[in-house]
Amino acid sequence: MADEVYAIPNVQTPNAPVIIDSAICTGCNTCVKICPLDVFIPNPKQGESPIVLHPEECWYCGCCVMDCPAPGAIKLNYPLQLKPRWRTKATGKFHFLR
Amino acid sequence: MATWHEYLKAEGRPPKWPYPIRYGEEKEVETDVLVLGGGIAGCWAAISAARAGVRVAIMEKADIQRSGAGGPGCVHWCNVPKNPHSRVDPDEWAIREMEALGDYSNGIAIQIECRENYDTLLEMEQMGGKIRDTDDEFIGVEGRQDDTKFMICPRFSANNSIVAHKDWQKPGFNPPETRNNTVLHVWGSTFKPALKKECERLGVEMYERFMATCILNENGKPGGRAVGATGINTRTGEFLIIKAKAVILCTGGPSDMLWMMDTEHGGLSFSSRNNSSAGIDLAWRAGATLTMMEGSAPTTDGAGLGHKWYTGGGDACYENVPLVDANNKVLPAPTQGWADGGALFPANRDVVKRIREGIESGEYQLPIYGDFAGMKKEEANATWNLTLSEESTTKVMVKTMNECGFDISKDQIMNYTYMEFQGSEQFRNVRGSGVLVDWDLKSTLDGLFVAGTSMFFACDHTAHGLCASTGRYAGRKAAAYVKNIEAREPCREQIDKEKERVLAPVKRDSGIEWKELHFALNRVMQYYVGGYRSEHLFDLALEEIRQIEEYAVPQLYALDPHKLMRSLEDLSLIEHAKIAIQAMKERRLTARELNVQRLDYPDSDPEELKYYLLLRQEDGETKFERLPIRFWGNMKEEYEKHNPDYTGVYKPEN
Repeated sequence: MADEVYAIPNVQTPNAPVIIDSAICTGCNTCVKICPLDVFIPNPKQGESPIVLHPEECWYCGCCVMDCPAPGAIKLNYPLQLKPRWRTKATGKFHFLR
Repeated sequence: MATWHEYLKAEGRPPKWPYPIRYGEEKEVETDVLVLGGGIAGCWAAISAARAGVRVAIMEKADIQRSGAGGPGCVHWCNVPKNPHSRVDPDEWAIREMEALGDYSNGIAIQIECRENYDTLLEMEQMGGKIRDTDDEFIGVEGRQDDTKFMICPRFSANNSIVAHKDWQKPGFNPPETRNNTVLHVWGSTFKPALKKECERLGVEMYERFMATCILNENGKPGGRAVGATGINTRTGEFLIIKAKAVILCTGGPSDMLWMMDTEHGGLSFSSRNNSSAGIDLAWRAGATLTMMEGSAPTTDGAGLGHKWYTGGGDACYENVPLVDANNKVLPAPTQGWADGGALFPANRDVVKRIREGIESGEYQLPIYGDFAGMKKEEANATWNLTLSEESTTKVMVKTMNECGFDISKDQIMNYTYMEFQGSEQFRNVRGSGVLVDWDLKSTLDGLFVAGTSMFFACDHTAHGLCASTGRYAGRKAAAYVKNIEAREPCREQIDKEKERVLAPVKRDSGIEWKELHFALNRVMQYYVGGYRSEHLFDLALEEIRQIEEYAVPQLYALDPHKLMRSLEDLSLIEHAKIAIQAMKERRLTARELNVQRLDYPDSDPEELKYYLLLRQEDGETKFERLPIRFWGNMKEEYEKHNPDYTGVYKPEN
């Protein structure tokens, strides 16, 4: 349960186009620098992971992942309605991107 | 922690704007050639001008490393008829390509592309871009050339049109010995970083995160020589004035955002939100002549309201992947593979009709799948790890799917094309609109050059090669121009007026924000400028826009420089819409060639179709002119006349 409940507008959809693993992210802000849409801003606390400020402007180009110097720190989190579906040909088993 | 809300919860307050706010502050610089837009065309323009020995600056609204439509990557390098494996004459191919695109193509750009695209690619390789299979990943793949390690792309391999070849289903069709070999696969994700590095090496001044807002005219009046431009920093709001002897417009093509907006739905359009109508607006307000402004087309796969596999458009089966139904029955749909002549699927209406009828009769069971598992191993590998990996925004999608267990040797990706039906008349893409250019890629405005998709009809489907080669060409023409001309001081009155216009939204903190304005414009286009058109509907559209400008634009507010950028983009879109509607109104005909169907003029007019409709602004009035189609003359002769000193591939030691 939340300790503090703020009165805030609805969150943007999608809200988290990327997932940053703060254990791997070095806070170097390469993604902040290169993102063409300025989806990120640097964290006010130096060395911490960037903050996603404009999630709904992300066009999932993946440049942040491609240019990140700490592999695995950023993952694209495609919007739920846009995730690919596939099946295994031999068994027909249905898969939905996680 | 990554999202804004998580930060708020942890800190108890939202983050402060992380950059210094500099509204009203000015920076003034001077250069010889100013390039507006640092995508593939803009970088090439800058590099080529700098190599010619003049001072160059680029103004770019993102970071040049990954900005523009080609920032994340590109894979098809079309129209490279001078590559060593080509079987066609470059000049003949240019004519065929121009004709394949219909009467309203751009023969100048295509001729430049066909003559210089291969040299451009070799220079790309000099800079560190990957254009061959140097790692031997794709040995044995059809189209790979073992001597040069070039990967010939099947696209357009039997004809030079996006429509399937008439013989595509005949056995033995498109054998290796008759292919034209004019399209190469490239590893485009390596290109933009390499281009930026070369700009740095050459001392090109890069003003990144500055959005161009206005081309400055000599004497401050539209129609006067281009003598610089203004820009606004998208993070600080600082106002930039760059004086220049020549300006090259490379801001990219107008997008589908007139009819749709690309936020919150995970990618409605082909391009990112950054691709607005800035180029059209900049050129128009400066007094340059535009053409094809009436051009649009219903959305097709890759854009619109349908699902797509990646946000740049298309789906996973766009390349060489055969489609099968739920029972693994192969669909009679052309792929872009060799066996089908490299057609663009599913452009063929007869094929679509046949499959739809099959679905309705029960012959084919939905859903449809792209049958990676049914492909030859080498071909599936090349499709997944080259073609689909390098195509724009796909590299990380491929990576993500691999991490989630997708296996090209066992799996099939769901394809939505036949669930979603075809493009909607109401949701459209701009088509062919741009700035009129001559054989120097100069606009009608002295001092203003244009390259890439800012030009009229810069459409060869995948325009990256066209952008690169015309950027490179415009750069050398602009460099030659500035060597023989004096700088002129911009007009302070024009600068002050522009500064006031640009900063107006930040002076308000309530009213109407950019998204609402954008959606309102989209509605105008969807209601009055969709599938049904008439003079009365156009007049209503213009009247509604007039009211939006009178009522809503004075309320437009921007809480920070980023939102200011988006607000200014939307003002450009409004300007674009007005120009386009005026052009549509002026074309009193129904014409398949222009994708125009008018209720009040149901007949075509063959005479009228022989002309481009030109528009420009003069003393606040729109002036129309007409220019015959194929005004560029004999493409080979004109190219040679304008380029007697062309020196070919750059020699780095120079």
